[in-house]
Amino acid sequence: MRLKLEARAEPSPLMGYLSPLLAAGLTIIAGFILFSVLGKNPLQAFYTFFVHPIRDLNGIAELLLKASPLMLIAVGLACGYRANVWNIGAEGQLVLGAIFAGGVALYFYGSDSKFVLPMMVVAGAIGGMLWAAIPALLRTRFNTNEILVSLMLVYVANLLLSWLVNEPWRDPEGFNFPQTKQFTETALYPALIAGTRLNVGFLISLAAIAAGYLFLNRSFKGFQMRVAGLADAAAKYAGFNANGMIWLGLLLGGAAAGIAGMGEVAGPIGQLLPSVSPGYGFAAIIVAFVGRLHPVGILLASLLMSLLYLGGEAAQMELNLPSAMTGLFQGMLLFFLLGSDVFISYRVKVVQPPKAQARLKEAAA
Amino acid sequence: MDTIVAILAAAIVAGTPLVFAALGELVTEKAGVLNLGVEGTMLVGAVSGFATAATTGNVWFGVLAGMVAGVLMSGIFAILTLNLMANQVASGLALTLFGVGLSAFMGKPYESVTLAAQAPLEIPLLSQIPVLGPVLFKHQILVYVSWALFAGVSWFLYKSRAGLVLRSIGESPESAHAIGYPVIRIRYLATLFGGAMAGLGGVHLAEFYTPLWVEGMVAGRGWIALALVVFATWRPARVMVGAYLFGGVTIAQFFAQGAGVTITAQFLSSLPYLATIIVLVFISRDMATIRLNAPVSLGRPYRPD
Repeated sequence: MRLKLEARAEPSPLMGYLSPLLAAGLTIIAGFILFSVLGKNPLQAFYTFFVHPIRDLNGIAELLLKASPLMLIAVGLACGYRANVWNIGAEGQLVLGAIFAGGVALYFYGSDSKFVLPMMVVAGAIGGMLWAAIPALLRTRFNTNEILVSLMLVYVANLLLSWLVNEPWRDPEGFNFPQTKQFTETALYPALIAGTRLNVGFLISLAAIAAGYLFLNRSFKGFQMRVAGLADAAAKYAGFNANGMIWLGLLLGGAAAGIAGMGEVAGPIGQLLPSVSPGYGFAAIIVAFVGRLHPVGILLASLLMSLLYLGGEAAQMELNLPSAMTGLFQGMLLFFLLGSDVFISYRVKVVQPPKAQARLKEAAA
Repeated sequence: MDTIVAILAAAIVAGTPLVFAALGELVTEKAGVLNLGVEGTMLVGAVSGFATAATTGNVWFGVLAGMVAGVLMSGIFAILTLNLMANQVASGLALTLFGVGLSAFMGKPYESVTLAAQAPLEIPLLSQIPVLGPVLFKHQILVYVSWALFAGVSWFLYKSRAGLVLRSIGESPESAHAIGYPVIRIRYLATLFGGAMAGLGGVHLAEFYTPLWVEGMVAGRGWIALALVVFATWRPARVMVGAYLFGGVTIAQFFAQGAGVTITAQFLSSLPYLATIIVLVFISRDMATIRLNAPVSLGRPYRPD
């Protein structure tokens, strides 16, 4: 007996929805095995990783706080991914957004103006878009692979940030630490729930989800991008502007990542540090895929990914496991999703190898 | 003169991880498989090799472990893309993201461990040649291994029958299948070979070059290796040239600092990444070159029925 994949006549929409759930389930099972191998009680570890972090209001607030940049970036990336524009440098665009927004905050340091914060949002978006414009320009003008260019720029962005906080923007009273001054209140997102770190940035992310839905699923441009992603030749035949879509896909992703970066420095961090993100730009790629490039799916997937971040921190504190477990779980989740996706286009069929078939025939005769 | 010799020798050492990873990826891509997981594979190879060498005290066990880890990593990729028909771009990204997490996780206990530096192997007679001797023949063993790999890959791809079959699969899996070649099996082998070499590149970095384990220490070299394959228009000899050029750019910062040049460290560190972008632009500008040289079926899934 052997298993064989058989192509479905049409992709199964049901499996499209079930596959992320299957992937999440498989990740949890793999987690159980991993915890057991590491000599931890799997049930207790599971509780610490997935339940303990969100047991109270503060935990929920943290969950939403970390989900905010993830959903924002992922919905921006989804715009490009739908058109097969592979921007994987969101992490760098996030850093540029943080730098631009941080620059505004430092320039207007101590200002009472209500406009500092909105200006930081705009600056963050511009920073992210500028960084994303480089791969867009090189791709449309010189046919250069946007995957490699956007990724290389992540390293450059981090080095740029490192230079800024070490040299020109370093806080002279910061005991020689590589960091800028703490932003003043007008340059920080107001809290959404008193006593927690959840801030107004969450609302911006929710707005982005709604805007993403309107754009991707309800607008003609969004439709064009989907066509370009599914059937390149059809899009060309229809006369859709291919270069325009590359630009749009990358700029939307860059703007979203830039605003997310702004949200980190105007939110939980409150200043520029050598590192402003625990890999949100990369994790958002997984969020986009697990969310099926659909804004509602992305919203749910961002909550799951955020929980993985919190779980990693909890596992470090309570179980003495390295917080790098987060990355491990994130990677596994994406693997299982890609594997489960096979059931969308194929069904598994049990076939008898020729020898067994012959034997069966003999037996029948 | 001594400085120039030192720079050239150092460029070769710094370029060696790229040679391993890029030649491995070249073979994979020649079979039509685009594995973007090189960075993650190198990281897992590096940490596996380092941990094994630190635990057993034998660097060669470490080398073996790093290669096995590379095979296992690329095996995951092969199952996803060749059996389960997953998108190669997405699966490669997944492999890298997974590798970053896995290596950080595995490497935690080894962060403050150091390995003894490996003594270079001086080739008798040859290493006595002025200039060329110290540049080429006073290296650690893996550098010589990388040259053997270059010779082997060049011979295999262009002089052997098996290499011809592999290339034909990269050009047209349909025709190769029709003739009766096992497309999936050969793509598997090519992918696993690429993984083993990426693992070896990581091992060279962690066990011989630095030699220590730092989280994320591959620092984009896996991606640069991918760019090198494009830059080299899928030819082994050009991979070598490119790898050593990048090795030179990588070490430029140390020599600049040593020479008392006051250029911002961060700017010098960003040079390899900027250089990658520039050479990619330069080579991709001419669409025809890429189209003529890239394996036709690169990145395209194939399922024999």
